Amino acid sequence: MESSYPHLYEILSHIQGYIFPNEIDLQWGILIVVYPFITGLVAGAFILASLERVFKDKVLKPTYQIALLTALSFLLVATMPLISHLAQPQRAYEIMITPHSSSAMAIFGFVYLWYLMVVLLLEIWFDYRHSMVVWAEEKKGIMKWVYRILTLGLNDISPRTVSWDRKLGYIITVVGIPSAFILHGYVGFIFGSIKANPWWSTPLMPIIFLFSAMVSGIAMVMLIYMAVSYIRTRTLDVNVLDAIGKYLFFVLILDFTIEGLDQIHRIYVAEESFETIKLLVEGKLYLTLFISQGLIGTLIPLGVLAFLQFYKGKIKLRKTLYFITGIMVLIGVYSMRWNVVIGGQLFSKSFSGFTSFKVGLIGIDGTLMAIFWLLLPFGILTFLLWLLPPWKMVPEVEE
Amino acid sequence: MKFYVPPQLKRLAIAFAVFIVLFLVLRKFLVPDSFGQYGHYRGDSLADNALPEIHYAGQQACLDCHQDIEDLKAKDVHARIHCETCHGPGQKHVLSGEASDILKPDSREFCGNCHGKNAAKKPGTIVQVQLSEHNTDKKCIECHNPHQPWEMKE
Repeated sequence: MESSYPHLYEILSHIQGYIFPNEIDLQWGILIVVYPFITGLVAGAFILASLERVFKDKVLKPTYQIALLTALSFLLVATMPLISHLAQPQRAYEIMITPHSSSAMAIFGFVYLWYLMVVLLLEIWFDYRHSMVVWAEEKKGIMKWVYRILTLGLNDISPRTVSWDRKLGYIITVVGIPSAFILHGYVGFIFGSIKANPWWSTPLMPIIFLFSAMVSGIAMVMLIYMAVSYIRTRTLDVNVLDAIGKYLFFVLILDFTIEGLDQIHRIYVAEESFETIKLLVEGKLYLTLFISQGLIGTLIPLGVLAFLQFYKGKIKLRKTLYFITGIMVLIGVYSMRWNVVIGGQLFSKSFSGFTSFKVGLIGIDGTLMAIFWLLLPFGILTFLLWLLPPWKMVPEVEE
Repeated sequence: MKFYVPPQLKRLAIAFAVFIVLFLVLRKFLVPDSFGQYGHYRGDSLADNALPEIHYAGQQACLDCHQDIEDLKAKDVHARIHCETCHGPGQKHVLSGEASDILKPDSREFCGNCHGKNAAKKPGTIVQVQLSEHNTDKKCIECHNPHQPWEMKE
């Protein structure tokens, strides 16, 4: 008997209870966890940059360009986990050339393109145009031409034109904030709109994704700012860390509150899916939800950040605490993506069974691939910081 | 009054125009020829999907030869279960006609896949049997005809 159905018996060993055949294997693996994580970093980093520009928070100035370039580095990679997860990745571009309005993913392609072309690239271009013209004059050989191409051949740096760079950049930032909200809210919408899945289907999903995106993006920019200062052997300005830490603290409170409200709503309403979701979070998601996302990623960072709002003592201790908190927050947000993406596929729509997920190491859908896509943005960022160093920019003239 | 347009905007307008034209040109070449032939998809994908080897023959192919079994089944609780649910993929058998090309499962465990006691299944819909207690020395099909389970053999 077993010899006739060897595959079936292997499958039955990793399911519990009653489950439909098409639910046994998870369609969305670790790469789909990485995708909202990376997109979130983009939106979060951009929103931090916008805070400096729109609300004129001068303390954050040293992080402004770093945040923009971080957002660009991650945005360039954001679609790659999705594309490499496809069975036919060579056809991925068809989503852009033959879009259908009923496809949430196809429209996402255009949301992404809008954000890349009209928001990020333009803002960085306006920001760096003056410096790039100067660099093109200074450099020799191939770099001269690289900067000349990047300026689109426009070498007008008269005060009037440069002041227009600032004005236009400001307009782009103002347009960019809602765009960043839409970009990441859309990622949440893609999950929240799947009405057959009670773990995903909530109108709060875009908002939850957005706030956790801001949390992770702010933490990532803080860590990159620390790393950049360390590598350039410059003294790390703890006032900048305090300013970022303050925003991180407030956004983390909002994120925690909204996710908490979502859970309270779930528990109080206790729809027919509640029993199975209760088993899910107390069982298969216990480690990643309560320990990793709740304790390590939210409660401890909240406590430490609250402490740092009052404690203005030893600078070295504060820097260390910010560093550790940043990493913990990133672990927490990654776990949140895991809990949503993997958690939502572990239970059966019959509400009386579970499957299990074992992540692979190699292969196009494996951990190594996910790590590669997570590390690539840092390589791109290193290149961008070399090409467009914020510390060598032409200083802005106060009007 | 002459309306002032910053030089950056003029340059960007050209860059965006080039991009849009490039996009449209590329689109012209990249859209598959058979796209839109039947609907909003690549028409040739139908032929692609027809390429994989067929394993399941479908209920009608079974009835072409085994109408007698269908008549038996129609009288009892297995009426709505298709032949290939238990006998497995049947295309090979349909083509060859050989009895050895189709499964005839007869073990207690096989019947237990549906009828074994399982707390997760809704009670009262499918008959649940405790395999470790119910006539443990016999195969299910020694008493029950799988095509007509309640027409007992003895």
